[in-house]
Amino acid sequence: MNARRTLVTAARVLTQLRSDRRTIGLMLVVPCVLIGLFAWIFDATPAFDALGASLLGVFPFVVMFIVTSVATLRERTSGTLERLLTTPMGKGDFMMGYALAFAAMAVLQAVVATAFAVYVCGLDVAGPLWQLVAVAVLDAVLGSALGLLASGFARTEFQAVQFMPAFVLPQFLLCGLIVSRDRLPDVLGRVSDVLPLSYAVDAMKSVTLDRSPGSDVAGSAGIIALWVVASLVLGSLTLRRRTA
Amino acid sequence: MKVGEAYFHHMMKNAVEIDHLRVVRGGRVVLPDLSVRVPAGQVVGLLGPSGSGKSTLIRAVVGVQVIQAGDVRVLGEPAGSVSLRHRVGYVTQSPSVYEDLTVRANVRYFAAILGASPSSAEEAIDAVDLGSHADTLVGRLSGGQRSRVSLAAALVGDPELLVLDEPTVGLDPVLRRDLWNLFNRLAAQGRSLLVSSHVMDEAARCDRLLLLREGQVLADATLPELLDRTGALDAEGAFLNLIDRAEEAAR
Repeated sequence: MNARRTLVTAARVLTQLRSDRRTIGLMLVVPCVLIGLFAWIFDATPAFDALGASLLGVFPFVVMFIVTSVATLRERTSGTLERLLTTPMGKGDFMMGYALAFAAMAVLQAVVATAFAVYVCGLDVAGPLWQLVAVAVLDAVLGSALGLLASGFARTEFQAVQFMPAFVLPQFLLCGLIVSRDRLPDVLGRVSDVLPLSYAVDAMKSVTLDRSPGSDVAGSAGIIALWVVASLVLGSLTLRRRTA
Repeated sequence: MKVGEAYFHHMMKNAVEIDHLRVVRGGRVVLPDLSVRVPAGQVVGLLGPSGSGKSTLIRAVVGVQVIQAGDVRVLGEPAGSVSLRHRVGYVTQSPSVYEDLTVRANVRYFAAILGASPSSAEEAIDAVDLGSHADTLVGRLSGGQRSRVSLAAALVGDPELLVLDEPTVGLDPVLRRDLWNLFNRLAAQGRSLLVSSHVMDEAARCDRLLLLREGQVLADATLPELLDRTGALDAEGAFLNLIDRAEEAAR
C-alpha cells in the first residue's frame, strides 16, 4: 500500500465524477425524492419516523453499489486496469482509492439526504444527528466495497447492473425494513443476522429511537466495517495482473 | 557500484530474452514455441498479419499474459516482476486512458502513479504533439489523438523499455513520421523499443525486424539483410516472398 498512489487515484476518480454532473445530481437528488415520497405515503401515520431512518441507511448502500461496480467494470473493459497493473500501482492502492473517493461522495450524499429527511420531512431523531450521517457514510463505503467485489464477477455492464438486484434485493428484503428482523422465519432470521445491510438498518434505527445509542451503533458499525474489509480483500483478489 | 554497472551492462545486451514461450488463448495455441531476442538500445519492429500473435507476444513481454510454458526475461528480470513496473512502459492497442478526463489530467495521473513530476507530464504531452489539446477531454478527441494520449501516459515514466502495440494506427503520414522520429530519438538515448505494426513501410524506420506468422518467427533480421536474402525491393515484397516460401515448404 502506498498513500500517494491511493490518494491520487481517489482524486482521479472524483475528477471523473465531477465531469459527469448528471450522475452527481442523481446521487444527491434521488434519495431526497424517494425519502420525500416515503414521508408523503405515510403522511399522518407514525410509520415514517420508524422507517425513514432505515431508508437513509439503504440509499447510500444501493447507489454506491451501482456506481462503483459500473465504474470499476469500465476500468476493466477500457484496458486502463490492465495498464495500471503493469505500473507500480498496488491492488490495495486501487481498491482504497476507489473506496476513499466514494466515501467522500457518500459524506455529501448523507448530509444532503439526512438534512432533507430531518428538516423538510420532519423525521424525528432521538440520538445525535452526526451518528446518523456517520452510519450513512459507513453504509455507502459498504456499498462501494461490495460493488468493487461484484464487478470482479461481471464481464459486461449489463451483468454489472443485474448484480444490483442479485446482491442488494435479498438484503433489502431481510434487513428489517419490510418485516421486523425478530419476526422473520428462523432460517431467514439467521441469514439476516449475517448480512451487512441488516446492521446498517439496525444502526439507523438505534440512532432514531434511542437518545444515547452509542454502544448499539458501535456494535453494528463494527460488523459493517468487518464486511467492508472482507469485501475489499476479496475484491482485490479478483484483480489479476495476468489474464488469459 | 562498479560491479553493479558491469552486471547491468552485461544484462542489457538484450532488452528482452524469450525462450520456448508457449501461449494458449481460448483453447487455441497462439504461440506454440517461440524463442527470440530483442537487443537493447534499438527499435525492433514486430510485424505480421493480424492474428499472427503480435499482441499476445507483447502481452507476454509486459507480463499480463498467462503463459503455459517458457521463459520471458525483460531487462534481466522475469517478465512482470515488481521491479520492472517502473522500467517498462506499455501502450495497448486500443487507447487505455480515461475518456472523462482531460489529456493533462490523464498524463498527470499516470505520472503520479509512476512517481514522475508534473513537469514531465507536460514534456510527454509535447512529445506526442498534443500541447494545444492539453485541456480537452479525451472523449472529445479523434482516435489518433487518443492513441497519442495513451502513448504520452507511457512516456511519462521515462521507461528503459517501451512496448508499443500498433501505436501508429489511424495516424496521418506527418504524425506517423513525427512519432517514428521520436521512437528513433528515444533509442538513440539508449532506450529499447518493441513496436508492433502491420504497416510494412514502417519497417524502414526499425533497426531490426521480427516477422511473425501464425505464432512463429518467419524472420529476425535487419531490413537490408532481408532485402538481400529475398531479392525484394521493399519490406512488403520481402515479407510476401518469405510467406510464400514458408507455405511452399509446408506443402
